[in-house]
Amino acid sequence: MKNYLPRSTSGIFYTGVVLVFALIPVFVSLSGQIFYLDIFSRIMVLGIAAMSLNLLIGYGGMISLGHAAFLGIGAYCVGIPVYYEIYNGWVHLVLAIVVCGIFALVTGAISLRTKGVYFIMITLAFAQMVYFTFVSLEEYGGDDGLVIELRSEFGTWLDLEDNMVLYYTIFGVLLVSLFVVNRLVQARFGRVILGSKYNERRMQSLGFDTYRYRLVCYVISGILCGIAGLFLGNFTSFISPEMMDWTRSGELIFMVILGGTGVLFGPIIGAGVFILLEVWLPQIITFINKLELGVELPHELWHLILGAILIAVVLFGRGGIHGLLTRRKRG
Amino acid sequence: MDWNPFLIQFINGLQLGILLFLLASGLTLIFGIMDFINLAHGSFYMVGAYFCATLTFLTGSFVLAAMIAVGGVFIVGVVVETTIVNRLYRADHLDQVLVTFGLILIFDTLVQMIWGPEGMVIPLPPVLDGQFEVASLVFPTYRLLIIVSGLLVAAGLYLLVMKTRLGMLIRAGASNRVMVSALGVNINRLFLIVFALGAALAGLSGLLIAPITETSIGMGNAIIILAFVVIIVGGIGSIKGAFYAALIIGLIDTMGRSYLDSLLKLFMSVQNAETAAPALSAMLIYILMAVVLAVRPQGLFPPTGTR
Amino acid sequence: MLEIVNLEKWFGGIKAVDNVNLRVNENEIHAIIGPNGAGKTTLISQVAGELKADSGQIRFRNEDITSLRPAQRARKGLARSFQITSVMLPMTLLENVSIAVQNRKGHSFRFWKSALDDNELIDEAIQALRMVGLDDRAHRIANEVSHGEHRQLEIAMAIAMEPELLLLDEPTAGMGPEESTDLIKILQRVKGQKTILLIEHDMDAVFSLADQISVLVYGRIIATGTKEEIRANPEVQQAYLGEG
Repeated sequence: MKNYLPRSTSGIFYTGVVLVFALIPVFVSLSGQIFYLDIFSRIMVLGIAAMSLNLLIGYGGMISLGHAAFLGIGAYCVGIPVYYEIYNGWVHLVLAIVVCGIFALVTGAISLRTKGVYFIMITLAFAQMVYFTFVSLEEYGGDDGLVIELRSEFGTWLDLEDNMVLYYTIFGVLLVSLFVVNRLVQARFGRVILGSKYNERRMQSLGFDTYRYRLVCYVISGILCGIAGLFLGNFTSFISPEMMDWTRSGELIFMVILGGTGVLFGPIIGAGVFILLEVWLPQIITFINKLELGVELPHELWHLILGAILIAVVLFGRGGIHGLLTRRKRG
Repeated sequence: MDWNPFLIQFINGLQLGILLFLLASGLTLIFGIMDFINLAHGSFYMVGAYFCATLTFLTGSFVLAAMIAVGGVFIVGVVVETTIVNRLYRADHLDQVLVTFGLILIFDTLVQMIWGPEGMVIPLPPVLDGQFEVASLVFPTYRLLIIVSGLLVAAGLYLLVMKTRLGMLIRAGASNRVMVSALGVNINRLFLIVFALGAALAGLSGLLIAPITETSIGMGNAIIILAFVVIIVGGIGSIKGAFYAALIIGLIDTMGRSYLDSLLKLFMSVQNAETAAPALSAMLIYILMAVVLAVRPQGLFPPTGTR
Repeated sequence: MLEIVNLEKWFGGIKAVDNVNLRVNENEIHAIIGPNGAGKTTLISQVAGELKADSGQIRFRNEDITSLRPAQRARKGLARSFQITSVMLPMTLLENVSIAVQNRKGHSFRFWKSALDDNELIDEAIQALRMVGLDDRAHRIANEVSHGEHRQLEIAMAIAMEPELLLLDEPTAGMGPEESTDLIKILQRVKGQKTILLIEHDMDAVFSLADQISVLVYGRIIATGTKEEIRANPEVQQAYLGEG
């Protein structure tokens, strides 16, 4: 059981991570760097999405290459009602849960009949279907997307129009998600999911219908990702099918791996590192160019570095950032 | 009735099918023999187009440029295989997905750094640029050329796979990997050749489409997904499957986009049909793939010898 | 308890299981012996449901289970161990066994209460581990223990399911003589209380454990009987005992 609770050093580290998220708004109001409120909101939202994907990949061994679809559906569950001037956040939430749940149930029921490569490809195919559906829905902006003019209204006590309130709302959702996922993977249900990842045949011979457990896991994961999408929509105030492009799904997998698969905090760390790289690498390049060292670094270079890091993580850094932390402890 | 619009769409469908085949044939071999998922296969498609664009301006000849470009992409394939990919044949699929995803980022950035963010137009020689008329039917010359040259490559590939020793090894590898290594064949070199050959074919596919669509960053990332659909539908590891599936998917996709709304209007209101048709036509091939996977997971034409 | 009627299995053109008829009575240990490639593992996989029967019937407690999936059969009370150790390697021994316990405590769609400190599971898992002598190593990771311990873990998991019928596929495979003896002792402890269909290479094990023995050669059962009958059977001596 020690494996799944934070170990001492990494435990302290992760407590620190939560504290950082909690204190970012203080930092922002002191320094005036409002920019970072946005960055960390995004990290938390994508962190929740990656956490839902970690349920599949890290705990269940189900490699989905179509998870961004849930993110997009969740976002459109805000965008479309707002388009019709329905601002009630609870309606949005219920809609996101129901739509993502049903979508996960139907596509999961088909996808989970396949294994390995075929599972990767069929989840990708379903995500593409959703992508093209929204591209062709001219009414809701098609390719150009949809502007969300007013954010979800959850009541007067929770005014999401205030960025600070939105931040702490997302923070709250993040904490709840962490708690729920932690319970889930340690409960009997989670044991079956994890066992099926390690040895599906044995789990079946022990009497578990692994298919059913996986399907339920897929639905839970889809709903959680849909909720993340709901906040992504609220937070970006602009949504488009581009959110569901397959490369977005690839990025979510990247975040999961970067942080360490099957580790509770892995996806948050992964999302944080990914997005901060995305923000800082271009800044670093601009900075170096300002030094006028004689070579002008192309601005796009940061994308290349990101790709190289990704490859390096896979080839040399097994276990992601969590792996590095625990390894240092041992060594 | 004027058959020309239909004919144009049919040719467009065939042309898409041929391009998909060129892309998918390499992908299906790499997948079938090395058990390697190469998301970055579309990057070779893009690189082929950019090579050809630059070479066309340098040499002044599209055809010559195309030939050199294919060789160039072959070399790029060799480099990628020997530096990165060959470490991953035994890795799990998740690692392969990630690394090749990283390769896409790298290729897209490199191309942008070298050629800039603007797309490039490849000028066609006047002979190819235009159309000709046979019995009041109008044919676009260049698209027909794509189809013909694609068919020629397909025939060449067929001969290579069916009649040569290399082909025998490839076939054996696609259906039974263990056996090939048991034969004492230098498996590393076989893998390298197959990978680079696949890259060259993808490059050919990309440079053939470039005069029609211009080159663009990430041009391979959309079509690679179609190519994956092709190889799943056709059966992983099967060249024949890739060929038929590519044509089927090219035609379904193109014809669906043009005619699905008319078809739907037969049994629903005009307004509903016009709303539903675009979404549905874009989804058609994915529906096809999902059905194939659900009903016949090994694909429509799995390589012989597999079960 | 278990009744196999005219069971057959083809692999390509080869008949791996050829018209097998077999009865296992309650609380008896029924051993299947036979030379390599005789189809023993194929037979057990068919009983467990991992391989489909091409024809014939498998009846368990007077119920036809021929078309049930492995998981369904397991819930009916059939447990198997694997000849080639098949456990959840990254988990601890305790976790492996408590998952096996979990199976008979109703469905596992329980999302909240931690299974890791659930005494209902842990206690019984520890008990099963104690039976095979692994309780002092309960928190070791399965990946890091020895081959012999893997074999014991296999048995513990099967026992933890509290099955009506245990299918043991060469439990002593790859064990040294000492470990083998220990394992036989463990099985002797449950003799008379559990119904076991046992595949075994080790003749000492078979003759000290089995109430009934069937001899399988090229997919056919050529003799069934007590150990004395089997020893005396000339056909068996020629086909099997003679060669060893």
